[in-house]
Amino acid sequence: MEEKLALFKNRKRFGIEKNIDIIFKNTALVLSSFVAIILLGIVLVVFFQSFESFSRYGLKFLVTSEWNPVKDEYGAFTAIYGTLITSFLSLLITIPLGVGTAIFITEDFVPKVFREIIGSFVELLAAIPSVVLGLWAIFVMEPFFRAFFVFLHNFFGWVPLFSTEPTGRNSLLAILILVVMLLPIVTSIARDSLNQVPKKLRNASYGIGASRWKTIFSVILPAALSGIMAGVLLALGRAMGETMAVTMIIGNSNAFSWSLLSPGYTISSMLANQFGEADGSQVSSLFYAAFVLMILSLVVNIFAQWLVKKFSLKY
Amino acid sequence: MNSLFYQKNSSRNIGDKVFTSLSLICVVIAILPLIFLVTYILIKGGAQITPELFTLEPNPPGDDLDAGGINPALIGTLIITTIASIIAIPVGVGGGIYLAEYSKGGPFSRFIRFGVNVLAGVPSIIAGVFIYALIVSTKILFGSMYSGLAGGMALSILMLPTVIKTTDEGLKLVPNELRYASLGVGASMYTTILKITLPSAFRSIATGVVLGIARAAGETAPLIFTALFSYYYITGFGDLFYEMGSLAVLIYNFALEPYDAQNKLAWAASFILVLSILSVNIFSRILAAFTEKTKRV
Repeated sequence: MEEKLALFKNRKRFGIEKNIDIIFKNTALVLSSFVAIILLGIVLVVFFQSFESFSRYGLKFLVTSEWNPVKDEYGAFTAIYGTLITSFLSLLITIPLGVGTAIFITEDFVPKVFREIIGSFVELLAAIPSVVLGLWAIFVMEPFFRAFFVFLHNFFGWVPLFSTEPTGRNSLLAILILVVMLLPIVTSIARDSLNQVPKKLRNASYGIGASRWKTIFSVILPAALSGIMAGVLLALGRAMGETMAVTMIIGNSNAFSWSLLSPGYTISSMLANQFGEADGSQVSSLFYAAFVLMILSLVVNIFAQWLVKKFSLKY
Repeated sequence: MNSLFYQKNSSRNIGDKVFTSLSLICVVIAILPLIFLVTYILIKGGAQITPELFTLEPNPPGDDLDAGGINPALIGTLIITTIASIIAIPVGVGGGIYLAEYSKGGPFSRFIRFGVNVLAGVPSIIAGVFIYALIVSTKILFGSMYSGLAGGMALSILMLPTVIKTTDEGLKLVPNELRYASLGVGASMYTTILKITLPSAFRSIATGVVLGIARAAGETAPLIFTALFSYYYITGFGDLFYEMGSLAVLIYNFALEPYDAQNKLAWAASFILVLSILSVNIFSRILAAFTEKTKRV
């Protein structure tokens, strides 16, 4: 008995090792809480920096479009409108294209090799930096679409969205470059959710005589809808926060216009343009605009996550 | 009798064909600009590549016809992404270890996982705004305002969610039997993690981290008012505390210049940036596919 106890005593972990174990665990704990600290820090810092502007202009900031550092008058309506219109319209174009592409590469229209090549090519494009897309937009896209914009204005000039004479960079170009940017996101998420739809649903639908596209529209797409929706929302968040490509091509003008063919502004392009040189109450107003952008993208992102959590376990 | 055969002109078959061609059109519309984009960057940018590009400083716009090189920006990008990695990798891997190995799915870990996803969705320019408020405007780093260090910190915020996620997911794929075996022979928790689980998840974690670094290297928005830009060679350690150029900001600045020479420099920088990012991506994809194959065997 005595001998056995002595054996156990020797088998005990050394004090040092025990402590290292505890320290290791707590370090990991602290490191993981950094995420929360940073997130909270971002929200608090941006909020407090915008406080001066917030208390002076209140919610009026959101609906007026005067931006005049000389007179100290600030309102971000142009930028907020630009952010919303560019992101929603670009998404409107991206969704059918992206989902259509995703359907094409999850069905068996062409051999698997081709589908995989298309799929990974699209995904690879998500890796191209947005500043490079902006460069491409300036030197290739803008000249390419110039004639088309003139045509658009001449024939649809009575629509408020096309009511101004196209002159170089404008919001419509920003929308188009956003489409190029969002396509990989929407396509790859839609493809993943389409792939996750159980095969037996498809077989059941074929079995009762539905055609291929009847099956896609009535069975596969509804089953994959929550995943696709989440992907769309993530893309929306990305579109609203996208800075470089948009800043480079949107024309950066704070003069408000309904027209997409006139230069515009988004919150992020306003930040990119003015933050470096701003001082005084302009800085605070820029922080206010940043706060608005952050809240917009946080709401969209949290909603997307909620959607995934709520519907992902259906099948 | 007729209904037993494939009817070419029945409404369902025509409808099917219409939709199939529509989806094909979607693919073409989606893919064509993308192919055009990549080839254009590679051809137009590749044509500007000269040996001097890698060794010279860029000349200030408008001075003369010769734009110089991109040496400071190239080195700057390497330095800034290195700083970002030095911050984000230990924090991210540590956080991921906690989530995957220690947490038991309670409210805290659920909150952190949620936070990781939210942080991944924060617009990159907000990270720049945050670092500007915290570090640049307060001059907290030994009185320096815009600095490569601040830029690296802003990038690290963008890298952090990727690193945590890949560590968390990589560790979760390690079979529990390995952990039981290690703990069973008397190893402590930290030995198990450092010697058993982390090494066996190493490849997937490394792939994710490298992809995250590649993405960060192309980020511009967080740098334009944290690291700013510099035309001068990086000569020593002290330059960390001053404005630092990067390829991404160089592209942004020079794309908007009215001079052809600067525009060409922007194309050359894009070529280098895109080529390195794409090759890292392709390489890690091949590696991942290879790993999957060997695992199945």
